[in-house]
Amino acid sequence: MSKSVRATFHERWPTIQFRVNGEAKVINVPPMKRLLDVLREDLQLTGTKEGCGEGECGSCSVRMNGELVNSCLVPVLQAEGAEIQTVEGLALKGELHPLQRSFLEHGGAQCGICTPGMLMASAQLLEQNPHPDEIQIREALAGNLCRCTGFMRIFESVAAASAPERTGATAESTTEPSNHAG
Amino acid sequence: MKTPSATRIVGAPVPRKEGVDKLLGRARYVDDIEREGMWHGATVRSSIPRGLIRSIAFDRRIDWTEFAVVTAADIPGENCIQLIVADQPCLADGKVNHCEEPILLLAHPDQHKLREAVGAVRIEYEPLPPIFTIEESERRDVVVWGADNLLKSFLLEKGDVDSAWAGAAHIVEGEYRTGAQEHLYIENQGMIAEYGAENGVTVWGSLQCPYYVFKALRAVFDLPDEKVRVIQTETGGAFGGKEDYPSTLACHAALLAMKSGHPVKMVYDRMEDLAATTKRHPSRVRHRTALDPDGKLLAIEIDLATDGGAYATLSSTVLSRAVLHSTGPYLCPNVRVRATSWATNLVPYGAFRGFGAPQAIFAMERHMDEIAATLGIDPAELRRRNFLHVGDTNATEQEMREPVILDQLLDRALKESGYYAKREQFARSNVKSSIRRGMGLAAFYHGSGFTGSGEAYLNSLAGVDVTPEGNVRVLVSNTEFGQGTNTILTQVAAEALGIDYANVTMAAPDTGIVPNSGPTVASRTSMVVGRIIERACSQLLALLREYAGLGTTYTQKEFLDACERYRATRGEVVSFCRYEAPPGIVWDDQTYHGEAYGAYAWAVYVAQVAVDTVTYSAEVEDFWAVQEVGRVIHPVMAAGQVEGGIAQGIGYALYEKVFSQDGRMANNQMTNYIIPTAEDVPPIHVYFEQIPFQYGGFGAKGIGELPHDGPAPAILNAIRDATGIAFNAIPLLPEDLYAGLAAAEPEEMAAR
Repeated sequence: MSKSVRATFHERWPTIQFRVNGEAKVINVPPMKRLLDVLREDLQLTGTKEGCGEGECGSCSVRMNGELVNSCLVPVLQAEGAEIQTVEGLALKGELHPLQRSFLEHGGAQCGICTPGMLMASAQLLEQNPHPDEIQIREALAGNLCRCTGFMRIFESVAAASAPERTGATAESTTEPSNHAG
Repeated sequence: MKTPSATRIVGAPVPRKEGVDKLLGRARYVDDIEREGMWHGATVRSSIPRGLIRSIAFDRRIDWTEFAVVTAADIPGENCIQLIVADQPCLADGKVNHCEEPILLLAHPDQHKLREAVGAVRIEYEPLPPIFTIEESERRDVVVWGADNLLKSFLLEKGDVDSAWAGAAHIVEGEYRTGAQEHLYIENQGMIAEYGAENGVTVWGSLQCPYYVFKALRAVFDLPDEKVRVIQTETGGAFGGKEDYPSTLACHAALLAMKSGHPVKMVYDRMEDLAATTKRHPSRVRHRTALDPDGKLLAIEIDLATDGGAYATLSSTVLSRAVLHSTGPYLCPNVRVRATSWATNLVPYGAFRGFGAPQAIFAMERHMDEIAATLGIDPAELRRRNFLHVGDTNATEQEMREPVILDQLLDRALKESGYYAKREQFARSNVKSSIRRGMGLAAFYHGSGFTGSGEAYLNSLAGVDVTPEGNVRVLVSNTEFGQGTNTILTQVAAEALGIDYANVTMAAPDTGIVPNSGPTVASRTSMVVGRIIERACSQLLALLREYAGLGTTYTQKEFLDACERYRATRGEVVSFCRYEAPPGIVWDDQTYHGEAYGAYAWAVYVAQVAVDTVTYSAEVEDFWAVQEVGRVIHPVMAAGQVEGGIAQGIGYALYEKVFSQDGRMANNQMTNYIIPTAEDVPPIHVYFEQIPFQYGGFGAKGIGELPHDGPAPAILNAIRDATGIAFNAIPLLPEDLYAGLAAAEPEEMAAR
């Protein structure tokens, strides 16, 4: 535990232990503090974003014990002992995760504010279903709102990442190559 | 043609400039930033729509000495947000004109205590009668703004409308309405401010137009230019919603910083953002049209009114753009458009993608289908008979000098969508199904850049420089908020300088570093600013050739070596250019005649819609978008802009309704303000025809707003095709569909 954390130790608050992106964390915070705020304020993991604070937009999506959760709806006490993955834990050793590469290549990110949550929802989907069809992609991302892209390129990004051996073969992607420059 | 046909970087899907940072979650949005000793700020707002402030009391259970409290009395300069008309106070002083109007500001180190404190400020009012509709405002029984509630009016006339009616074979009339729309950028409004006697005011925030905020701060603090600095942070969507409102928020945060002596962060939560910030202007548009026996337009008379809300904000320029798009891409010899914007006691409306054009185009394109139905002409054919062609003049008598390929766009839209075959098929299948399908189309143009004399007035300055470290930087105040500014402008610079895309970066969007290249609005960045950057690059190459021995062909290393030779003998390696109008741009603001826009982007959109006559839901099943936007600088981003605009337009047509109760937004949550999700958007097929515009950056015209113009009329036209019923107002929710269908088919309804 760092000095600054010990300096503000509150006896009334529980000490909560969990793992974030593979690292053990011990924190002393109000038990009802939102997991979102713990990640952003106490652990300085600001990649996870707040869009609505009521579980509608999915910008704060993280993975907790293999489930996708809206971290704005999770009191941190529920995270005791949990394994949490945030957007900061997607890239491996400085290498972009296949989904991150695919979003970059296919225009899946515009303003970027929904992107961390969208990536986590996409990662969750691909882990459970490595080759989703378009309907499955739409269902899996229905809880993550994007206002920039109209979703087409997000679907394309997820489809391309789901089939790395076919990257570039757009005939296999979920949306047809919808940019016909001529 | 000046634009070279072969380019290395322009037209290529290079990686988004700031893309990796966004994907790794390390891009820094305003709420991700902390400053040493930072406090948080909050706003105490009006709970009534109109009245006098009688008293402000502070609950004694709170220790107010811990707080910084700011009222209008603390404002060192003008208590006014600088925009077009000086009518909107930074903080209400004695009276309020809309719900959520800011009255008092609080700052404290602890956000939780701050929230409690906001609820512990008690304001007593003497209420005055409010008005909430265009009709109430027009009646002037209650005057809430100026002498007559009229924020702005325009009269546009071409030919002789009055003498056209007598000889007309048909006269068709209609009234069309559009509702307010929330931008719903996923990142709420936010700002951090610092204040010091020596450096003045510095703000960091989510915003589109650094120099708008700069101007607002300068006036509120009465400071010289060198003591105001505005820095844009990574911005999570804007759509016009961060054009004007950030000026207010920046002033608020800065006032609290001054009063508290600490950096202050103000980030709205979603409920506050939805309730208190600007939205798209609601509109009421009345059309009266004279036609010859073949359906050719003889006269168009339009009465166009918008609700501007409590203060003038950008209502005059939004109204202007509405006027200039109100007659569509059609040739008509006689036109009269009377346009008015009215004050009400609602939260002021502001900029939103399309800026008046979506409202005007909804009315025109819906009306075209009513004309087609009245005359018994196919809607596509009716449009074709009236399309503008090269050499024709539009409503402002601007001659179309650049290529106009509406016929080609229409042909392609009809072909790609299978329009005629599907209409036939649906006409058959609808008879025996509770799901009724239809096809609808919309044809439209969107003027790129500021209207008329606007670009000349802006006189934008932009440039490129090369740092001693060998970084080539684009120097502009145009900002990235998802739409691709960073990528597009560095593509343009790299192409023009003949160096690698990876070696060109954007200088920080900081008024202490970059010049005023105008606001990031009006679909002007690629075309107008891109062109200035292209010219600044050519100018830099000329300097390097003249003074530093740069050859006609060169490698990147030879380019950078030449820059160093130039630096050694002549100093800073930098090149700036100002906006230059294309030749022949003449505009008369008084008569509203002349070249309204330097260029137009053109489009034909087709929607396939299914109406469920059991549940009364309408679903867009498929969508085709064919457009000519000049040269496409980045094919993936361009298509992404179009797809995103169409999704927003689908929301505008079918989902997004602002429910007001006594002047307050009642559904100010994502739970009940509904936008299209991943399961609601149809497949969107995007097609570009490319005709480089020689006065745009590498041939580009505007693209950002165009796609919001077409979906709503195309969708409602498809619903008319499916049901035979003319729905003339958006948003069209299931209850509206029910009302319309039930009224039209009482027996069928009763039988069910």
